[in-house]
Amino acid sequence: MTVEWVHPGLLLILGAWTLPLLKGSVKRAGMLLLPAAALAVCLRMQPGTHGEGAFLGLDLVFGRVDRLSLVFSYVFSLMAFIGMLYSLHVEDDAQHVAALTYAGGALGVVFAGDLVSLYVFWELMALSSTVLVWSRREPRAVAAGFRYLLVHILGGVLLLAGILLQKAATGSIAFGSMAPSASGAGLGPALILAAFLLNAAVPPLGAWLPDAYPEATVTGAVFLTAFTTKSAVYALLRGFPGTELLVWAGAVMALYGVVYAVLENDARRLLAYHIISQVGYMVCGVGIGTDLALNGASAHAFAHILYKSLLFMGAGAVLEVTGRRKLSEMGGLWRTMPVTLALYMVGAFAISAVPLFSGFVSKSMVVSASGEAHRPAIFLMLTLASAGTFLHTGLKLPWYMFFGKDRGLPGREPPRNMLSAMGLAAAACVALGVLPGLLYGRLPFPVDYVPYTLHHVTATLGMLAFTALGFFLLLRHLDPEPTVTLDTDWFYRRGLAPLAGAARRLLARLERGFVGELYEVVVRRPVLGVASLLRAIDGSVIDAAAEGVGRWVAGVGRSLRSLASGNVQHYALAMAAGAAALATLAILVR
Amino acid sequence: MKRLRFLAIAALLAAALAEVVLPRIVHGEGAEGTAGESVHFAFENWPAFGCLYGLASCLAIIVVSKLLGKAWLSRREDYYDR
Repeated sequence: MTVEWVHPGLLLILGAWTLPLLKGSVKRAGMLLLPAAALAVCLRMQPGTHGEGAFLGLDLVFGRVDRLSLVFSYVFSLMAFIGMLYSLHVEDDAQHVAALTYAGGALGVVFAGDLVSLYVFWELMALSSTVLVWSRREPRAVAAGFRYLLVHILGGVLLLAGILLQKAATGSIAFGSMAPSASGAGLGPALILAAFLLNAAVPPLGAWLPDAYPEATVTGAVFLTAFTTKSAVYALLRGFPGTELLVWAGAVMALYGVVYAVLENDARRLLAYHIISQVGYMVCGVGIGTDLALNGASAHAFAHILYKSLLFMGAGAVLEVTGRRKLSEMGGLWRTMPVTLALYMVGAFAISAVPLFSGFVSKSMVVSASGEAHRPAIFLMLTLASAGTFLHTGLKLPWYMFFGKDRGLPGREPPRNMLSAMGLAAAACVALGVLPGLLYGRLPFPVDYVPYTLHHVTATLGMLAFTALGFFLLLRHLDPEPTVTLDTDWFYRRGLAPLAGAARRLLARLERGFVGELYEVVVRRPVLGVASLLRAIDGSVIDAAAEGVGRWVAGVGRSLRSLASGNVQHYALAMAAGAAALATLAILVR
Repeated sequence: MKRLRFLAIAALLAAALAEVVLPRIVHGEGAEGTAGESVHFAFENWPAFGCLYGLASCLAIIVVSKLLGKAWLSRREDYYDR
């Protein structure tokens, strides 16, 4: 690796380990400086290929820098900064190290020029993000974390198998386009695509997301919303642009998240389903594959990371302050948490694509791309999902959380660092909406798209206004109910139960029969033999030696006791004699 | 409350009116489709398409999701704990 090029991901991953050594304000400064430094490195980076190396005969590229990787690296490192600011008050080193490692892993994925280093960072993200789920240290969180980890280990195995097949088929591990049109459909690219889709939470592979994210810590969930799904969107943009399957998967995904959000009662799980819905737009954009669509997918990922983290920070602030996570137990918090409400609503307007907020300039690129590609069905599905997005994150969630029935919860504003992080994200949401050029100038392809046309603005405002009308017309039927909703995680939470019973019986038989015998012969008998031998040695040799040493020490002690008279003058005399001896020695030696 | 309702209805009417009238004024009579801009399909130029589609979407999402939930997807909270 050249000295001139610093890997921002490695900076976070290695730098994270200095945090446990620091304390107080120095540690808090470090928590902010690390992601700030990574952001500075990304902003200064020039396109090109850096960090090449060979390992076990594989050509690894840790620094493939182009416009696509740069735009993702900006938002990932900015998000790491916002997330660390939000968790500045948390006294839990494990979480901070895991969060920075996770963000560093995402940057590693973004700059990986070959499939093997992609795989390494991919797995690092899976492991470190699991720690963020476990860190809530409640039985539910631990169980959800294990399910999350198992699903991602499966995804990792798919990815590794795909990479091996791809290497066998093409002889190369370069990470470029593997779209069916480019290289013909093979099993290797298909497995890699499946692994990407799993991390992008495309149904039916996406149930891990709403299962795990709401169980994570308040601050950990903010990191989780940003990195796993969006690094998968990056990987899809890089590996599978223009894949027809993705168009439909994305459009279905956008609606799927919306439908589940209607049924959801847990505030953060509702928002988690909207991650799936929003990532649907990006997946669809990757599938359409035109310059406008790919730009739209990148832009929407950028905007989405900021507004979705803002929404999770708002719901997290309510959870942190009130300890409540279910909408059916909240209400009336606008009195005590007005700043949180205002900042949350900025995120809600951004995700709902209200003009002047970031979603308006990013989501519309994907929707317009479906129009340019003459796909009316996709266009209508995506627009339908837009209405659903406003319905839930812009109306239902704030209504039941901050307004609705006042439950007299003892609310107050969250700590200042949490509000600052939310303020930063909110400022970014507004800045991108008002000045879309900030984002458009950094997209992978040249942009000649104009979001603010009269038709677009009036149609959007009309749609949002009448969605609100529909919400208030049916408000009675929308009251959140204390239920859980079946998703594809049913298959590994309940569906496999009979299989688990059978497997357990088989393992028990194996344990009693084969493993027990093996243990007896291989471990227990030799250990017992060695133990009795040791006891014999202990009795004859060690004891004797110990007694000998003891006798000697006792003798020395007796002779020393005569020296220790307890008289201060004797000691002073001895010290003076010693000092004189040392002085003599010093003079003689010189 | 009455006042709030009046304001809400006024806002809805304003939104609908803006969508129907404004593009026609700016681009002149019979300018449908030639508006160019972000319009890709004929149905986008139907009067107040955004408003109607927004309302229909909202109602459809709520009704369909609630039916799916009642018939199939919603379970008691302790479903996975039993």
